[in-house]
Amino acid sequence: MDMKRRDFLKIAGISTIAGLGAPAALEMLLKGDAPASSFASSAAPAEGAHGAAPVTGKQYGMVINHRVFTANQGLAQQCIKACHVTHNVPDFQNPKDEIKWIWETGFENAFTSLPTSYPSEVIESKFLVLCNHCANPSCVRACPTKATFKTSDGVVAMDYHRCIGCRFCMAACPFGSRSFNWRDPRGKDDKGRYFIDRLTLNKDFPTRMRGVVEKCNLCVERLAKGLVPKCVEVCGDTKAIVFGDLNDPHSEIREVLRTNFTIQRKPELGTKPSIFYIV
Amino acid sequence: MFEKALVGSSKYKVWMAFLLALMGIGGLCYVRQFNYGLGLTGMSRDVSWGIYIAQFTFLVGVAASGVMVVLPYYLHNYKTFGKLTILGEFLAVSAVSMCLMFIIADLGQPMRALNVLLHPTPNSILFWDMIVLNVYLFLNIFVGWVVLTAEKKGIAPPKWIKPFIYVSIPWAVSIHTVTAFLYAGLPGRHFWLTAILAPRFLASAFAGGPALLILLCLIIKRVSKFDAGKEAIQKLVTIVSYAALINVFFVLLEFFTSYYSNIPGHMHTLDYLFFGLHGHSQLVPWMRVSTVFGIVAIVMLLVPYTKQREDTLALACILLFISLWIDKGIGLVIGGFVPSPLEEITAYTPNPNEIFITLGIWATGFFILTVLYKIALAVKEEKLIA
Amino acid sequence: MYDGGKIITGLIIFIGLMTFPVWHNGGNAGVLPKQEKPVGKTACVKPTVEMRTSHMLLLNQWRDEALREENRKPFTVDGQDYEKSLMVGCMNCHTDKKKFCDECHLYTAVKPYCWDCHFPPKENL
Repeated sequence: MDMKRRDFLKIAGISTIAGLGAPAALEMLLKGDAPASSFASSAAPAEGAHGAAPVTGKQYGMVINHRVFTANQGLAQQCIKACHVTHNVPDFQNPKDEIKWIWETGFENAFTSLPTSYPSEVIESKFLVLCNHCANPSCVRACPTKATFKTSDGVVAMDYHRCIGCRFCMAACPFGSRSFNWRDPRGKDDKGRYFIDRLTLNKDFPTRMRGVVEKCNLCVERLAKGLVPKCVEVCGDTKAIVFGDLNDPHSEIREVLRTNFTIQRKPELGTKPSIFYIV
Repeated sequence: MFEKALVGSSKYKVWMAFLLALMGIGGLCYVRQFNYGLGLTGMSRDVSWGIYIAQFTFLVGVAASGVMVVLPYYLHNYKTFGKLTILGEFLAVSAVSMCLMFIIADLGQPMRALNVLLHPTPNSILFWDMIVLNVYLFLNIFVGWVVLTAEKKGIAPPKWIKPFIYVSIPWAVSIHTVTAFLYAGLPGRHFWLTAILAPRFLASAFAGGPALLILLCLIIKRVSKFDAGKEAIQKLVTIVSYAALINVFFVLLEFFTSYYSNIPGHMHTLDYLFFGLHGHSQLVPWMRVSTVFGIVAIVMLLVPYTKQREDTLALACILLFISLWIDKGIGLVIGGFVPSPLEEITAYTPNPNEIFITLGIWATGFFILTVLYKIALAVKEEKLIA
Repeated sequence: MYDGGKIITGLIIFIGLMTFPVWHNGGNAGVLPKQEKPVGKTACVKPTVEMRTSHMLLLNQWRDEALREENRKPFTVDGQDYEKSLMVGCMNCHTDKKKFCDECHLYTAVKPYCWDCHFPPKENL
């Protein structure tokens, strides 16, 4: 054995790195993940948006009719409760750990670029806000593991198995739609109250674990069965929320958009949100 | 050469024991955090990045500052920095190690950290940050070790190390630019959405890092026979002063754009940080202290009397380091989250567990730094005696 | 060998400690897990041997198909329709987690964290 100790260690080290790195490199080269997000902007670059939506694939969206919600006090809270119960969203009862998928907030909080100098009924009322399932989402662009990605239906989905909890998507979201599991959602507080009420637990939908980010998932599990999202179902015939494919020119939602003037949250940022509001 | 770090004076042993104690406490606190979740910190739904990412951002700057001694020596043959390059490189190693530790401490699912490698996502800046930081760590360890070994043997470093050194120079700029891109590309955060963020980061890095290096040289002079030399230290002072002045200029530019344009979104965060917003003024004392410390430090670094004397120089460097630490750590990172995208204000206060983990990681960084410096200085002292 | 006596003694102790699980039980593998198979069913989605070695790979594949490719169509094996889901597919037949899943997992000291989120049926949280 003429080899010097240093040379032996050098060869051993390089072999280890090669042995560990080769499978990963091969997988990267041979398999390659399907690109689920667009790096550059997908449609028209001009600011006055030609409204050129992508031609292929669906883009599910919603029109939230604020006038109907104003006429039906309590309907918004029903939507929120239905969503949170269906998806086992924990209630920590403190704003620090709070997780919310859909909630009500003030006009100046939802529409930060609109004027609020002079009071009016609309400006003083509360608005339902949720993830906008943007067509050009900045959160998907930011995620380092593709744990959040855009499906071909236009839903911005989460894969809780892959999320490393870096919270970069939370920093990237211009709408504050994302929540983080700061602690175990299946736990209880010091008084013994469970964060997810055991009486209303939905065993058909998993909970999440601590350390991952979550948000409204546009009820993908219901869409797969041909149902509409839970909040839309709760609104029922009132048409307080109209749901449909924004890319289908003959859909009900496109008809609503044609016949009503709608506003959006922060459209100037170019994320192309899919939630519209009739005020 | 590691055996050189195993022997030392009693002061050395006490220092290492102190660091190990802090590391141990930090480790225990991390176990608590790992079991409970990140809710054990002061972070919240609105302020979702806190002191961990703040330290990470600041330390990337300190790591990048190694280039301030490497560039003059290797590209411009500025021989005065010859003794310092190894110190700059090893400081970079220690700083990048701390950065990586802070990121791991901040992850909600640290066991899945390798997902970033298993599912490469080129459109994510975090992916690139991980690459550039790890390559920079490797470059500095590699270059430092090879050059030091050559010095130990009394020969010139091998020629093949030169390309690695030359690459490390633009690479140092790149690590801090990529870290700035983490912030500067996010559409929803007006405070960060500015092209000048990367230049600001680099300016404060090239002020804060060499300031720390000056402090370390002054300390080393007292605990070992190594003397960096008055000319080298004064040249570093010049670099720090210019970088600090440029940084102040950049900050003033930010103030101008926000307040002259009078656009609410741009003003709100600066209001919150420096003057208080809607009654929330938790960070105002911090930012004002940062401003005062910064101005005093710069004056002390420009006035010949205070910059030549070692005691005032040390004070100036400490004040500047603290000022930049507050500005980049607390001001920048927390400021970006307040007000939230829904224009709500949530205060952030790190709690004790979080603080001890932070101290533990800093202690680990200083531990690595002490070990590496001990080795480097021991090699240099052998050369002096021989 | 320099310090040969200490090295060889150390090596023997080290090997002894590392192989402790092997010789401690004298080669006895302990009580083998006995899984309670679901009544009335003869076959699973894949042959037993394949399931034993790679049921995690199958679950990961299902997850990526259902979540990322939105392919939630039930697939058919031998005329039987199966949902691509842990909770609604697998647990439909293997209804008792303790008597099926845990039997092997406890024996091999495997702690899958599926149950942190997914619900095993017929069990309280």
